[in-house]
Amino acid sequence: MIYFGDKKPIKGDIHIDKNRCKGCGFCVEYCPRDVLELSEEFNAKGYHPPFIKDEDECCYCQLCESICPEYAIFVTIKKTKEEKGEKVENRP
Amino acid sequence: MKEEDRLEEKNPIEGLLRMDRIPHIWCPGCGIGTVVTSFADALKKTDLDLDKVAVVSGIGCTGRVAGYIKLDSFHTTHGRAIPYATGLKLASPGTKVVVFSGDGDLTGIGGNHFIHAARRNMDLVVICVNNFNYAMTGGQVASTTPKTANASTAPYGNFEGAFSLPYLADAAGATYVARWTALHLRRVSKSIEEALNRKGFSFIEVITPCVTLYARRNRLGSGLNLLKYYYDKSEIRHGADTRDLEITFQGKLTVGKFIERERETFLDAMNSHLSHVLGDDYQLYGRCFDD
Ligand SMILES: Cc1ncc(C[n+]2csc(CCOP(=O)(O)OP(=O)(O)O)c2C)c(N)n1
Ligand code: SF4
Ligand code: SF4
Ligand code: SF4
Ligand SMILES: [Mg+2]
Repeated sequence: MIYFGDKKPIKGDIHIDKNRCKGCGFCVEYCPRDVLELSEEFNAKGYHPPFIKDEDECCYCQLCESICPEYAIFVTIKKTKEEKGEKVENRP
Repeated sequence: MKEEDRLEEKNPIEGLLRMDRIPHIWCPGCGIGTVVTSFADALKKTDLDLDKVAVVSGIGCTGRVAGYIKLDSFHTTHGRAIPYATGLKLASPGTKVVVFSGDGDLTGIGGNHFIHAARRNMDLVVICVNNFNYAMTGGQVASTTPKTANASTAPYGNFEGAFSLPYLADAAGATYVARWTALHLRRVSKSIEEALNRKGFSFIEVITPCVTLYARRNRLGSGLNLLKYYYDKSEIRHGADTRDLEITFQGKLTVGKFIERERETFLDAMNSHLSHVLGDDYQLYGRCFDD
């Protein structure tokens, strides 16, 4: 891929509250990068929460966060090595 | 990122929710929670002072929304969200009043209030989750159930004609009318944002999956199947004639922003009329907040 100047693609850190999830699969189905998959394991309520297959693919589009009816998944911007330690806004 | 750090971060929507009541009661695969997120996104994009935003719901699965949103919120009686909201708006004209309720609540038992608030151009944002049935009470026929769809009170299929809600709102005098499906996340949010930023009766219908009753009785699969189905069957036609928006059972859905027009709100009309008739004896009501 070609980037403009020093611009790099934004990546996301995905946060899943497994016990709040009801396993509806909305996030798994609609993630444009196919980052998520429903796990075999059960959560405390007996549902199958998603797990992160490949976080590196996540482009911080926040679609999973917008679609989740349980408020069980959200994404923050992954900090680059230089930014670590600094505060980064969650939503641009 | 380390697992411990991950757990420390909070979902940004939590600021707008009463977290002590989460997890909510909605079934796995129900779309109501998604519409709430779209509403929260819209609220964050406006410059509204959240201390001056109120949410009013009636009764039903959708009616629970008021109980989960951490704003001044009112869970009222069945069908009466709009009269409560009207009273709230008139007593406190500086408050942005949002009505968030179900199709049965707003246009079945509450249908009369709905048309009169639209006729008066009452300054309200009305978000209607249309799941084509009275979900909370067991999936009875509602004013929106499409012909031939199965419901608990129509075991051989529904034979009544249904309301087309945008047509009803338009005909009654609403000044902003849009319809989306729950999967049109950003568009739902954009419409709500537009409605929050304007004055007058704004109506947004969101076609939403009810997995436990409507989908199951009609053998339509999971919530995900229904979410996808509604989206795939929808065609965006902004400005479409509201007479052409009828919904048939599993037929195509016309979505978009159909109406946006200017008309005097109830309070503006009252002020201009009474100051015309009474002259200086009349003190303008509610002006200091809105203008
Ligand atoms: C006066 C009165 N009549 C009937 C009921 C029973 N009731 C509770 S919720 C509901 C239907 C709600 O349907 P809708 O507004 O479409 O909400 P949904 O559950 O589908 O989200 C009914 C009939 C009631 N609570 N009060
Ligand atoms: S932010 Fe977008 S790319 Fe990342 S997991 Fe969520 S939906 Fe997938
Ligand atoms: S959308 Fe939310 S509730 Fe549904 S599977 Fe994903 S995390 Fe779980
Ligand atoms: S009954 Fe239907 S509308 Fe009510 S919570 Fe369950 S899926 Fe949602
Ligand atoms: Mg309903």
